[in-house]
Amino acid sequence: MALVNPNFAEEIGKPEAFNASACMNCGVCSAVCPMGIELLPRKLFRYVLLGLEDKVQKNSETIYSCLLCKMCEANCPAGVHIAENVRSLRYYLNKKVYNL
Amino acid sequence: MPLPTGDTIGILADNLKIRNSVLPISAGSATRWARGLGLPRGGETVIYTGLMYQLIPYITSMNKAQGMIEDTPLADFARVGRFVNRFVNISSLMAIPQSAMQERFDGILVNIARLLRQAGVEPGYMYEDDLYSGALVYDLGMDDVLEEHARKVYRNLKNYGVKNLITVDPHTTNMLRSVYPALIKGYDLNVKSYMEVLAERHAWALRSLEDEVVIHDSCVYARYENVVNEQRTLLTGAGVTVREPADAGRFTLCCGGPAESLYPKKAVAAAERRVEQLKAAGSKVVTMCPICLVNLQKAAHNQINIEDISVYLARAYCPE
Repeated sequence: MALVNPNFAEEIGKPEAFNASACMNCGVCSAVCPMGIELLPRKLFRYVLLGLEDKVQKNSETIYSCLLCKMCEANCPAGVHIAENVRSLRYYLNKKVYNL
Repeated sequence: MPLPTGDTIGILADNLKIRNSVLPISAGSATRWARGLGLPRGGETVIYTGLMYQLIPYITSMNKAQGMIEDTPLADFARVGRFVNRFVNISSLMAIPQSAMQERFDGILVNIARLLRQAGVEPGYMYEDDLYSGALVYDLGMDDVLEEHARKVYRNLKNYGVKNLITVDPHTTNMLRSVYPALIKGYDLNVKSYMEVLAERHAWALRSLEDEVVIHDSCVYARYENVVNEQRTLLTGAGVTVREPADAGRFTLCCGGPAESLYPKKAVAAAERRVEQLKAAGSKVVTMCPICLVNLQKAAHNQINIEDISVYLARAYCPE
């Protein structure tokens, strides 16, 4: 059973910057990721939208492994601000998990 | 045990907050490249290094130490390290640079200053006040620390009366041109990379190199700052045939460098993948970012020759 935080997407930060809901889950980002990160970014963004805070926290290594190189963003047909979204997740983890 | 994420980020952010750089270096090491060039202090137009090239020899040495403790029980000592680092600059004890590497990276900055002068630009320099931009801390999501630092950098630039910044690397270009304006109300500095300045001024080569290189674009120049054509124009003008690897220009493949601070092994694996693409296109490669240069070189094991683009440009555009 998953614990859902209905306010999670808002807690991640600036709603205008975190535009994960534009993602249509096509998978191009995963296919072109130079790190071969299958989870990033589409599944991760879905966890945020679904309020699955635990799942996001468990995947912190994936979140910090992203190169922010924007290869995914350059290929994204939905114009998702992927790199900025990943940075928002780091900001959240820094505060919530690492108390920075 | 991997490097502890929170403590590693904490050390980098603490350093920026307390010592103005993620990896503090002495003013002497930061400004040594400019000795003998007679660059005036400050001015309306300055060459702004953001310490990126100067930091690389220190970062390399630090990463070697990190690589040795990554996935060992010693990684846990980073927790203690963060506490101690607030009082004693332990990162400076871990990062002892190789002098040959320092000379090489200082030489790149000298090339850039000479190229600008040759193109009719007489930039000033801020010497010990040429501060790090905070790029790494921004990438790691430490927005509050970055914002405070950005204000400090901007105040410093305004105190010097600077209006135009000529940057030398993609990360500093991106921070000062695209990130700072979103953080600082009224930000009014004009920022261009030296390659953009040279291309705009239609720099004229003194000799044709009759050479051929594979170009490795920086992700930040290509996808964040749309700097893709200038480097090609300048190389072509120098009589250099530009060979494009698989994944080039706007779709360039990352060198893996951004993973270096937390996951050194992943960074090398990514660099190895890029080196394979570059090798398939030719044996001489040019980069335009110090992080790309050092990370690709590490993965190339001397199988290809990798140089900063300024090395080729200085040979063609500057007097001997």
